[in-house]
Amino acid sequence: MNIYISSLFEGFWLNIRLFVLTLAMAIPLGLVITFGSMAKFRPLKWLVRTFVWIIRGTPLMLQLFVVLYAPGLLFGVPMKSRMTAAIVAFVVNYAAYFSEIYRGGIESIPKGQYEAGAVLGMTRSQVFFKVILLQVIKRIVPPMSNEIITLTKDTALARVIGIAEIIMCAERFTKQGLIWPLFSTGLFFLAFNGVLTIVLGWIERRLDYFKV
Amino acid sequence: MPILEVRNISKRFGDTEVIRDISFSLEKGETLSIIGSSGSGKTTLLRCLNFLETPDNGTITVNGEVIFDASDPASRSEKGIREKRLHFGMVFQSFNLFPQYTALQNVTLAGLLLAKERPDYRARKNEIREEIINNAKAILDSVGLSSKLDHYPHQLSGGQQQRVAIARALALKPDILCFDEPTSALDPELTGEVLRVIRELAERETTMIIVTHEMSFARQVSDNVMFMDDGVIVEYGPPEQVIGNPREERTKRFLERYFENGNS
Repeated sequence: MNIYISSLFEGFWLNIRLFVLTLAMAIPLGLVITFGSMAKFRPLKWLVRTFVWIIRGTPLMLQLFVVLYAPGLLFGVPMKSRMTAAIVAFVVNYAAYFSEIYRGGIESIPKGQYEAGAVLGMTRSQVFFKVILLQVIKRIVPPMSNEIITLTKDTALARVIGIAEIIMCAERFTKQGLIWPLFSTGLFFLAFNGVLTIVLGWIERRLDYFKV
Repeated sequence: MPILEVRNISKRFGDTEVIRDISFSLEKGETLSIIGSSGSGKTTLLRCLNFLETPDNGTITVNGEVIFDASDPASRSEKGIREKRLHFGMVFQSFNLFPQYTALQNVTLAGLLLAKERPDYRARKNEIREEIINNAKAILDSVGLSSKLDHYPHQLSGGQQQRVAIARALALKPDILCFDEPTSALDPELTGEVLRVIRELAERETTMIIVTHEMSFARQVSDNVMFMDDGVIVEYGPPEQVIGNPREERTKRFLERYFENGNS
């Protein structure tokens, strides 16, 4: 019994690591992609939008394989570790989704907010950081919460490139004829997402004091 | 010397010339109302004065200083514009208050940011901040909102929000205060409180340009009225003339239509 449980915990630790690292890098990278997709310079804008279309238009599972094998096959520099490949694929995939959420948030702020700041003699960066940003954050918290919760479950996909995350660990026992470890993995995700829901709800409530 | 002199301002969007060759001047303490149907260019004119649009031709002079000259590329630079637009205050039709700040914070925000650029800011930081906050409180009191300092915009009625917006513009002590249809977004029962505040400002000799659809209000508070149609000034003069006894055929037709629609 103990050996099963500790194996599942070991696997889930990989899910959590993948989750945390992906979030930590995809949140800022998404902003960079947003600025690219909103650039005034047309070629850059279309390049970035095409990239986002490809990333959002193909399965994450396929992207995991591409990131693992393409560097070795195309450029002769094989991926050093499977975990690195998984992190790269997850970060790029989620950054593309985040960038569209950010863009929607920024574009939903009425032009009048920028104009009101401008006529009061504020600089462009003052307008963005003092007026626009918090309104954008408030607007994107609900859709971001959705993506973040989806990410916890997507980390299980990493097993297709041989990462021993929780479901892969559980499947080993299934092959030995034991089914309950596999089913119990659901509880790990549920518990984790329960905590996450509470944290995200708290952030949402913290921004409840104003309406946009 | 007039406080504001506008010479030959034009602005086109694509193929449409929205305002054409507009010239007028404004004396200190004067209240000018601009009337006309939608699409006549009156809002664009106001936005040109506030550098929200860049005119294609013409000059704008404030207190004898040319602050905009379309033929001089230097006067279009972002850096110069920021200082120059402070000659003007702007009150928008849709208030445009900052939702995450209280009424008081809305009024103090820009002033506190500008104060940081003052050379004596470091030495007198607390004193300067206190000054700005007290000034903002006094202005909010003068528009009847001393009890709403800590309210957020969504907790205020439309009329109260617009009065905060007026206070926010006044806090930077502009030479000329512009209003872009300040009551058009308000329920009829809320327009009175905003018009009252503007009337008080007129009595205190605030220099103002008001784009409005409220004819009887314009007639009462204005020193001069400008009627615009199709991007040009059709008639300009004291309200008794332009609204009371218009000379131009187009002004007469506009006013007839206006009063026929049940306005007063």
